[in-house]
Amino acid sequence: MNFGLSQDQILLRDTIHRFLDEQCPTTRVRQVMDGPSGHDPELWSGLVDLGVTGLYVPAEHGGAGLELLDLALAAEGIGYNATPGPFLGNALAQIALVEGGDAALQAQWLPKLTDGSRIGTFALGEPDGQWDPAKITTRAEAGKLTGTKALVPYGALADVLIIAAHDHDGPGMWLVEKGAAGLASKDYVGNDLTRRLSSVKLDETPGVKLGGVKAVGRVRDAGCALTAADAYGGCRRMLEMAAGYSKQREQFGQMIGAFQAVKHQLANLACELEPALSLWWYAAHAFDRIQGESAHRAALAKSLLTDTYDRFARDTTELHGGIGFTWEFDLHLWFRRAMFDRGFLGDATDHRARAADLAGW
Amino acid sequence: MDLSFSAEYEKFRQDVQAFLAASWSKEDAATEPPPDERATLGGAVRSDARATEFRQLAIARGYLYRHVPKQYGGSEGRPDPLEQMIIAEEFKKAKAPHEMVGQGPSMLVPTLIEHGTEEQKQQFVIGTLLGQIRWCQGYSEPGAGSDLASLRTRGVRDGDDWVIDGQKIWTSDAQHADWMFCLVRTEPEAPKHEGITYILIDMKTPGITVRPLRQMTGTADFNEVFLEGVRVPITNTVGKRGQGWQVSRSTLKHERALIGGASINRRVFDGVLMMAMSTQLRGQTAIKDPIIRDRMVDLEAKLRASEYHGYRQLTMSARGEEQGMAGLVSKLYSTQLGYDIGMLAMDVMGDRSALGNGEPDAPFAGMLVTAYMWSLGVLIAGGAANIQRNIIAERGLGLPRDAAASRR
Repeated sequence: MNFGLSQDQILLRDTIHRFLDEQCPTTRVRQVMDGPSGHDPELWSGLVDLGVTGLYVPAEHGGAGLELLDLALAAEGIGYNATPGPFLGNALAQIALVEGGDAALQAQWLPKLTDGSRIGTFALGEPDGQWDPAKITTRAEAGKLTGTKALVPYGALADVLIIAAHDHDGPGMWLVEKGAAGLASKDYVGNDLTRRLSSVKLDETPGVKLGGVKAVGRVRDAGCALTAADAYGGCRRMLEMAAGYSKQREQFGQMIGAFQAVKHQLANLACELEPALSLWWYAAHAFDRIQGESAHRAALAKSLLTDTYDRFARDTTELHGGIGFTWEFDLHLWFRRAMFDRGFLGDATDHRARAADLAGW
Repeated sequence: MDLSFSAEYEKFRQDVQAFLAASWSKEDAATEPPPDERATLGGAVRSDARATEFRQLAIARGYLYRHVPKQYGGSEGRPDPLEQMIIAEEFKKAKAPHEMVGQGPSMLVPTLIEHGTEEQKQQFVIGTLLGQIRWCQGYSEPGAGSDLASLRTRGVRDGDDWVIDGQKIWTSDAQHADWMFCLVRTEPEAPKHEGITYILIDMKTPGITVRPLRQMTGTADFNEVFLEGVRVPITNTVGKRGQGWQVSRSTLKHERALIGGASINRRVFDGVLMMAMSTQLRGQTAIKDPIIRDRMVDLEAKLRASEYHGYRQLTMSARGEEQGMAGLVSKLYSTQLGYDIGMLAMDVMGDRSALGNGEPDAPFAGMLVTAYMWSLGVLIAGGAANIQRNIIAERGLGLPRDAAASRR
């Protein structure tokens, strides 16, 4: 029994952290978020060269053939550095192809989504807040899709969209290419300035089917674990910033970190975060190796970690005082990422209701 | 990451099973232990002749007390938390006596091994491990709780004796204990942390009065201990005179590990869940109430997080890694969670939370009311939650020590 990272995983995590610390300081994050697409091709190609875009992709399609836990370690680093760009959607499109695509589709698309020549995304949710694959209303008839998808990561940028919809067999996923007939994507005014979200409308849009209800569920579970890891990375960063600030800022003749009120607020955050790490590790590991538990643990991890992220965002902003409330100070980059993580794939309440159903309560 | 046990460990498990099959029969497991009123805080643990005989065999096989050197009665095994987990699981399945619980084996023994004289180790360790010597802890006083180092029980040297006067409180098991390990102020002129001595006191010594302390739950699990002119040989001092504070730190460290476990929370949570699935609340089964349901899952997520955190800590120990923050937060996280689970129990009972333990009209006869009240006791025992927060902030996050607290 071993519930810890391997030497390779520690190396992977540290390498990604180092790369992003160097290549993705918040000055660069701010340039990207002010740009038209929210995407930085140069940074993305750096991540491609590092292998981050191929971690979960099988070796025969140009990837590293690793597991979701490895990919989640990358998501943690992305979250820690508030890294802008299409990492999450692209990873979910790859997982959809691995879980549901046939050999030909995999061979056609996985290498391109790994080498950075194409960008993918995943569209499940719908405008009324529905993320349950059994209840979505987008329909597929004779290979043509009609409906509206909400909160699609980089839906306007993506070259390849994996659309969840229903046909006569029930829920499934369809691959749609950018520029297909009847496809219209538009970026929202989002809270997270580092990651774009789009609405995607489909009107008799041609798509290729890959996978049924089980595959859709798998992609959602993977997305929950990755979002939880991103949230953890963000929490860790905000806690470091707040603890660091409390050792610098002086009021009443001493550093504010010597006041018990400040100490206790920080200690409560540290106390919440440590065990939460183990929950998303477990969720990712269950996705890889204990599939019977995967959906339930993914729902627990998504709900707990995104709630924790919100709490961290608010408490650390408060701990910074006035400076934390300014545009110039970086903290709000993570405050806003927390709002993405809470909504994407359904909010915490939604996942808790799902976990209760899954547990048979 | 791999949550199964490797072949090497499966072999170890089979060895343990074979040992148990040969040494602890089904009849042994079924036999009611002789009535023993000297129950400990950890619950009644068998320490009759048959249990002692079995423990000695298990020690000889290297299954119990691996952290204790052979010469003092332990088995001095390779520290391997996974093997220890397997031993605990298999012993539990076979209903065989495991290590004794309570403050003697888990707190005093490690302290004696670290700081005791050879004579003290010979005299006390093996008897404590086998349950023949029972201990209570003389730390807290009416005026010294979180600020333990301000304690005032006084020890005055008189020839070859200490003469001790004062009062201890919250002393679990004092009414059953043979001995007390006690913090006593022996150097009244020294700064508060440097004037304390760690002394072992025979509870049969004249001048000791034990009075049960009834707590809010209605039962008396603690005591007050009054010491009046209690004479103790100087040779019962552990560590140097005036260095009792440092000696006691190693003991407190062990107590935090004792209270930090997630398994009590799991037991209570499962009880609340069972109640929620079988109790009617406002016209439906309580678990179907959307708010109860939501909170139940929220606590389930936290409970799982703390269980997996335990796996992570176990792995860190097996790898010989420093636990750092992971170790510092365990107690606060699990006691806080216990507090929240207790509150949830009350909400599942709804208006019937007004009914007490033993009332047949209450769900589960009000049994969980006691768990609800105890969740507060656990939050306070072994260092109140706010003290834990100071420790996390100072040692874990590197924040400065409270200037006022370190001065006084």
